[in-house]
Amino acid sequence: MSNLFIPNPKEAESIHILREVAAQFERPVLLFSGGKDSITLVRLAQKAFFPAKIPFPLLHVDTGHNFPETIEFRDKLVEELGLELIVRNVQDSIDQGKVREEKGRYASRNSLQTTTLLDAIEEFKFDACIGGARRDEEKARAKERVFSVRDDFGQWDEKNQRPELFDMLNGKIHVGQNVRVFPISNWTELDVWEYIRTENIEIPSIYFAHKREVFFRDGLIWTANEHVYREQHEEVVEKWVRFRTVGDMTCTAAVLSEATSLDDVVAEIRQSTLSERGARIDDKRSEAAMETRKKVGYF
Amino acid sequence: MDIQGRKLIKIATAGSVDDGKSTLIGRLLYDTKSLTTDKIEAIERNSKQRGYDYLDFSLATDGLVAEREQGITIDVAHIYFNTDKTNFIVADTPGHVEYTRNMVTGASTSQVAIILIDARKGVIEQTYRHFFIANLLRLSHVVVAINKMDLVDYSEETFLKIKSDFDQLVAKSDFDEDQITFIPVSALKGENVTKSSTHMPWYVGNTLLDHLEVLEPQDLEESTVARFPVQYVIRPKTEAYHDFRGFSGVLYGNSLKVGDRVTLLPSGNESTIKGIHFFDQEIEEAAPGSSVTITLTEEVDCSRGDMIVKSSELPQSEKMLSATICQVNSKGLRVGQKYILQHGVNRVLAKVDQIEAKVHADFSGAEASEELRLNDIGKVHFRLSKPIHFDSYSSHKSNGSFILIDESSYDTISVGFIN
Repeated sequence: MSNLFIPNPKEAESIHILREVAAQFERPVLLFSGGKDSITLVRLAQKAFFPAKIPFPLLHVDTGHNFPETIEFRDKLVEELGLELIVRNVQDSIDQGKVREEKGRYASRNSLQTTTLLDAIEEFKFDACIGGARRDEEKARAKERVFSVRDDFGQWDEKNQRPELFDMLNGKIHVGQNVRVFPISNWTELDVWEYIRTENIEIPSIYFAHKREVFFRDGLIWTANEHVYREQHEEVVEKWVRFRTVGDMTCTAAVLSEATSLDDVVAEIRQSTLSERGARIDDKRSEAAMETRKKVGYF
Repeated sequence: MDIQGRKLIKIATAGSVDDGKSTLIGRLLYDTKSLTTDKIEAIERNSKQRGYDYLDFSLATDGLVAEREQGITIDVAHIYFNTDKTNFIVADTPGHVEYTRNMVTGASTSQVAIILIDARKGVIEQTYRHFFIANLLRLSHVVVAINKMDLVDYSEETFLKIKSDFDQLVAKSDFDEDQITFIPVSALKGENVTKSSTHMPWYVGNTLLDHLEVLEPQDLEESTVARFPVQYVIRPKTEAYHDFRGFSGVLYGNSLKVGDRVTLLPSGNESTIKGIHFFDQEIEEAAPGSSVTITLTEEVDCSRGDMIVKSSELPQSEKMLSATICQVNSKGLRVGQKYILQHGVNRVLAKVDQIEAKVHADFSGAEASEELRLNDIGKVHFRLSKPIHFDSYSSHKSNGSFILIDESSYDTISVGFIN
């Protein structure tokens, strides 16, 4: 028959996962960073529940050091789609004395987010937190489940994970536990970009090449900004750059680029010999940086 | 087809300790330029630190700290790479005897298995087990990669001996000969992985990568009857869609189209498909694998866990069930115990009536047993609290499999393949 609809298997799988979340949990939430992966999740959730609205809110854990372009974009998206947005601030956790601001050359609020996130989970009694992490990003994430059970302390026990057979998802948990859900586990960076291009999904402008004041350190390009520690000898220059991954300013390095359209970006990713997280300052701390953070409840 | 029009092939890899599986995957990634400069640099740095005189590609895949310390792989890791024509997902599963569950898990989402054999050791007990699982899960193809050929002087005789030993296993299995392919490789030296070997002129077949690219794996479920388990009911309750009541789920087995006469289970009510929706598109016919939303012409009672099937293709509906079980948790399965049985998205209670036998995972037969322990495979009879609507695993993968969930820990403790 001529009008046969052939699915994209990765998209169909992600929609299946999102529907399982809505069906198996009472209080799910979508962890939204304003990055391309969580934006893709929002599109997939729209598809999963259309013509109904997305049946869960978005939660943004704001470090206070986000790129203003990301925040603007977030607010516009939420308004356009009529979504519910919850924002919780790392600054509040600092003010409450729960975490201490890092100091010095590599100071970042990235790892402080964990406390704010766990507090929000407790405050709203969220039982499922949907995240945009992908297994191809990082080797500790390659072992992550689609439904990943966390204990009362938000901890990940990587040696004691539930096996996931076929596409059957077991979301049964005890009171106090919650599940981290990763609907785009099986997507690669290129899959995400090609999807954004095909679906014509809007993304924050910092993903495209723009002129920015930056400085060079350890072979990475850092944003020159009041939130980013810089030594006097580290000279600020203006360069054409873009971001491949968007965390906050203190942990995300830029790449030199002239890609100003989605076509350019996709072409650039295809040729790139540097990995996506290669520009993540937070991962460079040690070989096991991600695994260590995941164990204590990081995204 | 994915969004770029590439074919998607899902592979499970199985091998024993030290037969170079991680190195083989690392080699595939390296040769397809899927390892980025920063990762290669990390591998070079680590290899040097450990005093190796070659690049240790296994470092590209061994993810967890404990693994790097012990130099072994202890859980299923997923690895992604692509060529111009094909996207690959590799479920890398460890080969120790105690980790059978990991291979079952990895193979459950795969179409093809690559089984590694160390050319110096030949077919060993582990090989039997890996092949047994590939057979149990009815994978579409098996590639037997005979590795470390460089250490046996690229001997054709060694290769043929191993092939003939393996062929005896094939004879005991449900596989046809054309589903099995033997390739002599050296992962370390890169021979016959992505480039043809100059040392083995006697081998005229494809390299491993070329072979994987030309495969056309058919999941068993792709050419059978349509099954649509209802996952979620969509009721927008908005002005524009006031009366909309759609049933969402994944369609398995075969296509469904508008106008098809369908039966709803368990109610047995009949209806007709009024519309098939994917996001804002109205579809005439959906292919298997689609995540769609179906509307029906009648107002019928239907909720999560129900199943929509063509009225002419009803599944079996039974409260008694006999299945092959693989135990994937350290908690054992015993007669008389109760579990939550999850069949697709439907859950019922199940009680173990009888453990008929524990099956030897090496094709050597079965024995009586009171209990199935972690990594055991057995034939088990269950009694259910309500009937489920199933097919046999051999005729319909998705509608013929289930998991058992422990009532107290909520862990997934078994996977079942319905006989």
